[in-house]
Amino acid sequence: MQKYSIFNLVKNAFSNHQNWDLAWKDPTPKEEYDVVIIGGGGHGLATAYYLAKEHNITKVAIIEKGWIGGGNVGRNTTIIRSNYMHDENGLFSEFGMDLWRKMSQDLNYNVMFSPRGIINLAHSDAQMNAYARRGNSMRLNGIDAVLLNREQVKEIIPMADFSDNVRFPIFGGLMQPSAGTARHDAVAWGYARQADSMGVDIIQNCEVIGFDVSAGKINGIRTSRGNIKAKKVGLCVAGSTNILAEKLNMTLPIETHLLQACVSEPIKPVLDNVVTFGAGHFYVSQSDKGEMVMGGDLDGYNSYAQRGNLPTLQHVLTEGIAMMPFLSKLKMLRTWGGIMDMSMDGSPIIDKTHIEGLYLNCGWCYGGFKATPASGWTFAHTIAQDRVHELNAGYSLNRFSTGHLIDEKGLGTKTWIS
Amino acid sequence: MLYINCPHCGMRSQNEFSYGGDASVKRPELNKEVSDQEWNNFVYNRKSLRGKHLELWQHISGCRQWIKVERDTATHEIFRTFKADEEVA
Repeated sequence: MQKYSIFNLVKNAFSNHQNWDLAWKDPTPKEEYDVVIIGGGGHGLATAYYLAKEHNITKVAIIEKGWIGGGNVGRNTTIIRSNYMHDENGLFSEFGMDLWRKMSQDLNYNVMFSPRGIINLAHSDAQMNAYARRGNSMRLNGIDAVLLNREQVKEIIPMADFSDNVRFPIFGGLMQPSAGTARHDAVAWGYARQADSMGVDIIQNCEVIGFDVSAGKINGIRTSRGNIKAKKVGLCVAGSTNILAEKLNMTLPIETHLLQACVSEPIKPVLDNVVTFGAGHFYVSQSDKGEMVMGGDLDGYNSYAQRGNLPTLQHVLTEGIAMMPFLSKLKMLRTWGGIMDMSMDGSPIIDKTHIEGLYLNCGWCYGGFKATPASGWTFAHTIAQDRVHELNAGYSLNRFSTGHLIDEKGLGTKTWIS
Repeated sequence: MLYINCPHCGMRSQNEFSYGGDASVKRPELNKEVSDQEWNNFVYNRKSLRGKHLELWQHISGCRQWIKVERDTATHEIFRTFKADEEVA
């Protein structure tokens, strides 16, 4: 594989950049693989990459219905954080933070990781207490957390509404300085390029139409481009999880819902953190292009539409304007939607299934993007070793029947208030 | 914007309604032994169909009645609505 470097950039400039290698190939599916990963999103690509890198398993195919980077990895709001209270989420996400910090070097691809900090705003004394508790839990798990008072928040984000006569005054906030953003497409492309270079077949425009299961063991998959034999199959398909589960006669604690995001017209730099509203569900950051990137609640009903509906967008942006009134002056540039695999406790599932050789990775709710490296790493471990790693042991499928839910903040298939 | 035909009030916008999830889920019978798996299925496990989906909505800013709505989860088209206790053929 051609390394991306300043020297290669200069060298290729002499040939008008016409001779760069393709970042990944377009192979036809082979008859058999050791591992087939269904879903060529961020998590699927990362899983294939870590299977090759950490476990030396390279007879791997990624089966993608659409194209690389066309699903949720290209539809999110690029936020990366580990500001969780529960050990399962905190330790898993902080492991991921470490992978994020090394990712550009590791993948030889600039993913533009920008640890600019995230601030969760508090709007009451009770919420400040809750944030102090969460901040302490985070610090016990080795995650950086700073509790800010009103004046400190005002210094960082003076454009927020600090006037006296507001419905939700800002009391302070909880900041994770090491959180941030990254270029989401670059993450998909970087993982795809490295996985491809280590021998992984990335097969696009190939839909899975069925599974070949006999005597409780997976033997392969049936696709729109023919049958493929596989010793192990990993499901990594986010909003399409229920559709594939139905083909396996599995019913999962997952509902598919629609989540929207939007960006404003680009403006001069004004916000150098990620900020979330504490009296509802709204978050905002500013992209390198200057657009204000915003998102919030689910549309609230089961949907596979990949496009949003106006009432929810209006509701979310009303919260945004309450938090930062200047947003009302901006024009909307784009809105879009993605379909989320909403789990019933708001936490993900990375586990084996009752079918031997079939592994499940789903339930990412609002937080799939930031989990990309940790999810890929632990899922690769679970597949390669046929047992869960301690980092994803809590993300089991049977926790719903045993009562070991990971209820971080009352988020799940239901919207915050509905 | 979805427009839902409330069987009690007529056609209203989605802003007046709150979503209540899959209407085909049945609570296990009370006077019978219920296994953990049955509870699990009732409380957590959902088919989340792509296509026609029978679901509960509450007309929360209207008559406050629960209703059933048959809706396509891929196109958002609404086919039929029913009262909560109405049998769906």
